[in-house]
Amino acid sequence: MGHHEKQSIVSIIGSVLVIGLYSLYVYRNYIQADMGLLNDFRFWGKSFLYLIPVAIVVQIVIQILFAIANRIITQEDIPDITDERDKLIELKCIRISHWIFTLGFMLAMGALAIGMKPYVMFLTLICTGFVASLASEVAKIIYYRMGA
Amino acid sequence: MDNEKVFISNNIRRLRFFANEMTQQELADRTGVTRQTIVAIENGKYFPSLELAFRIAHTFKVQLSDVFTYFPENDQVHIKFMAKQAKKEKT
Repeated sequence: MGHHEKQSIVSIIGSVLVIGLYSLYVYRNYIQADMGLLNDFRFWGKSFLYLIPVAIVVQIVIQILFAIANRIITQEDIPDITDERDKLIELKCIRISHWIFTLGFMLAMGALAIGMKPYVMFLTLICTGFVASLASEVAKIIYYRMGA
Repeated sequence: MDNEKVFISNNIRRLRFFANEMTQQELADRTGVTRQTIVAIENGKYFPSLELAFRIAHTFKVQLSDVFTYFPENDQVHIKFMAKQAKKEKT
């Protein structure tokens, strides 16, 4: 298994970890307060603002730990170049994740349009963001496996 | 390699052999890509950019056509174009 594939698997684990912890955070806030909190725009605004930097920092920390562990276990050097094929695969994966997130955004707006509660829109956005990120990493693994 | 489907084939494996059995890693280092990219090109799974193709040819000190060979008879774009032309000529 190549370095990029391992990196993608670690990234998937990181995403699952972040979304799991985030869900716990939202759930804890939900059981502490009443149902009205889930429809509070301020609550969701704060939650999104926390989620984005925390997700980035957790991913960076996990990737650094992975790089150190990988170096110790396999004695392999981290590839220091990103060539044209890597960039092409990256672009293909970004395109997949953008399509999924666009679909999720449409679904979220659709939920609002048909009169569903605001928390449905926010949950749809978070879920599709998570699925888009997973799909991007899975696609990366597949592309590297295929060789293209 | 299956020549029935491939419309661009390459001689990189043969050229490496004649270049004192140059390793894939060495070729990768000389052309500024990863070894995985060289593997993908050799197996016909990835077609390099013109820039990289020239770099590979330059590494072996040969012409581009000595590294890559185009088979128009296997190229779907060419086949479709020729079929369209044939239709036009008939009408």
